[in-house]
Amino acid sequence: MSEGIYLDNNATTMVDPKVVDAMMPYFTEQFGNPSSMHSFGDKVGRALKQARKQIQQLIGAEHDSEIVFTSCGTESDSTAILSALKAQPDRKKIITTNVEHPAVLALCDYLKKEGYKIHHLHVDEKGRLDLEEYEELLDSRTAVVSVMWANNETGTIFPVEKMAEMAHEKGVMFHTDAVQAVGKIPIDLKATKIDLLSISGHKLHAPKGIGVLYLRRGTRFRPLLRGGHQERGRRAGTENTASIVGLGKAAELALESIEHENTFVKSLRDRLEKGILEAIPNCFVTGDPDNRLPNTCNIAFEYIEGESILLMINKMGIAASSGSACTSGSLEPSHVMRAMDIPYTAAHGSVRFSLSRYNTLAEIDKVIEVMPAIVANLRKMSPYWGENGPVENPEEAFAPVYN
Amino acid sequence: MWDYSDTLKEHFFEPRNAGAIEDANAVGDVGSISCGDALRLTLKVNPETEVIEQAGFQTFGCGSAIASSSALTEIIKGKTVDEALTVSNQDIADFLDGMPPEKMHCSVMGREALQAAVANFRGEEWSDDHEEGALICKCFAIDAVMIEETVRANELRTVEEVTNYTKAGGGCSSCHEGIEEILTQVWAEKGEAIDFSQPSQPVTQPKPYAMTGFQRMKKIETTIEAIRPQLQRDHGDIELVDIDGRTIYVNMLGACKGCQLEAQTLAGVQQQLMEALGEFIKVVPASMRPQAEGAAS
Ligand SMILES: Cc1ncc(COP(=O)(O)O)c(C=O)c1O
Repeated sequence: MSEGIYLDNNATTMVDPKVVDAMMPYFTEQFGNPSSMHSFGDKVGRALKQARKQIQQLIGAEHDSEIVFTSCGTESDSTAILSALKAQPDRKKIITTNVEHPAVLALCDYLKKEGYKIHHLHVDEKGRLDLEEYEELLDSRTAVVSVMWANNETGTIFPVEKMAEMAHEKGVMFHTDAVQAVGKIPIDLKATKIDLLSISGHKLHAPKGIGVLYLRRGTRFRPLLRGGHQERGRRAGTENTASIVGLGKAAELALESIEHENTFVKSLRDRLEKGILEAIPNCFVTGDPDNRLPNTCNIAFEYIEGESILLMINKMGIAASSGSACTSGSLEPSHVMRAMDIPYTAAHGSVRFSLSRYNTLAEIDKVIEVMPAIVANLRKMSPYWGENGPVENPEEAFAPVYN
Repeated sequence: MWDYSDTLKEHFFEPRNAGAIEDANAVGDVGSISCGDALRLTLKVNPETEVIEQAGFQTFGCGSAIASSSALTEIIKGKTVDEALTVSNQDIADFLDGMPPEKMHCSVMGREALQAAVANFRGEEWSDDHEEGALICKCFAIDAVMIEETVRANELRTVEEVTNYTKAGGGCSSCHEGIEEILTQVWAEKGEAIDFSQPSQPVTQPKPYAMTGFQRMKKIETTIEAIRPQLQRDHGDIELVDIDGRTIYVNMLGACKGCQLEAQTLAGVQQQLMEALGEFIKVVPASMRPQAEGAAS
């Protein structure tokens, strides 16, 4: 992979070599079970403690015991939402948004079948929430609000701190899926009213298959997995020690480079975006450009389809992702694009570039250089595109018989 | 990343016949904008011989949509209109050395564009009656609309029956939850709840009366006749060849012939025959019939 240009860091990230180094001993000589009484387990136990502290610092948690290790972001999301329901059996309502990750959306769809009432907050054309709609929905029947901190497709940031305050005032639990936000923007949980927060290791240069659920002290909680006393009984199962140590190290590194992320990485992202918008006609940024993660830009290329673009750029060694239906094998383009009412002819052509601190200026310039020809080439094949631009009234000029 | 064949990739990166034919006399526009595919096929057909002399495509779509458009134009060039109409989705997929099941609708689109273009050439109106739903069974590429229609038409109640009728769920079985959901929904509309925790109905016990040999033969024949439309939908067919006691010999035709799902389809036919006859029988390809008489197959 080191050969290619990797701009798909919202999908997953490379494990930082320093993280790998930190983990290695925990596969071999430090193989002990942290619960054991003997010295084999003892050292591992202390390593976990340190990792907990490192994560506590990254997210500004008040206590290190508020950090619960899980197996992934999805588990953290499920644990948080199901716990809120189990702990408050009389509350049958959940408030979430239209643009959550499937880790939340699919669970909510399932809960709906079980009889829970799910309210999906709408977003406007820039992917922003309407806090008045939210305010009206908050009531004593609401078990939990689950709203993502930053959107994985567009990078758009939601005002979760404010929303948590609003929930708190009405006595409603607040969960945020911060999988995309943690490590990319500064977070100080002790200064907020957020009760539950999900983290996934592989989005911040730690391995896949490790996550964290932040659980504010005093929040009523019911575990998803019961069994041993690991994680103070809140998440049973022998700890994934090497990965926890890795996540701790990754958290430390993320905290060190958060400034860099919001200056250097952001400037690369801006350069990429500007370069593409200037060189290519009929494309636009989706989401809220004024309020988003420093590493993400999502551009919709009209009248061509995202998977085709990805295949073309992949041939040049460039990795990105798309909200087109075809990349996921579903029939609908990304629910995030649909929620923002992006027309189908553009939604299918949306491409997400997500950077990391490993990207270089040269890489970005290379992408800016190759994109125009690729887009032009695909447009030449498109029935919506004429000699020098979209055909007049594209939607009328080409009005196929639809399935 | 999709597991695309090299041929498919080659047709994507180096598409044949991309662009519109200038003086086309047959144009077919089809698509499904929600699933992100749309295709305009332009043909130049010789009005005398009805031979397709030139074919061009313009596609808004993914890698396999572009590749299957390219393949389609290559396949039909030089064919007469009538010959071209016999090209099946499977032919297009085969030309590209296969296609992931999630992508089969791309080849369907190519075929429909062809039908639309031919209709245009003949001055007819083409309307599409094919509706596409979310893919449920990935092993056999069966979508929700297909399952729902079959459940309604045949009043199916169990996952097993759905598998017998549509093949869906007959592979890895991961989609059984999805099939149960469709069954639940269809029957809920009729005001009935289905309890999947009950074991599915065993094969019907032999009926108290015995059929005569002639009645039995007739029954086998009509049962197979009833199965045919379903196979024809997939561009296949079945033919009854012989009945030898409890062994029933059939020929699989068209797309069913030699297809990977042949065994699956035979099992489905067998199941339906057993239900109709109320006895245990075996359905076997005619090629396995003892050929003592030297009968033509
Ligand atoms: C916003 C968001 N939530 C949850 C997840 C799921 O995380 P994981 O893959 O660790 O289960 C992801 C990553 O795909 C994500 O982007």
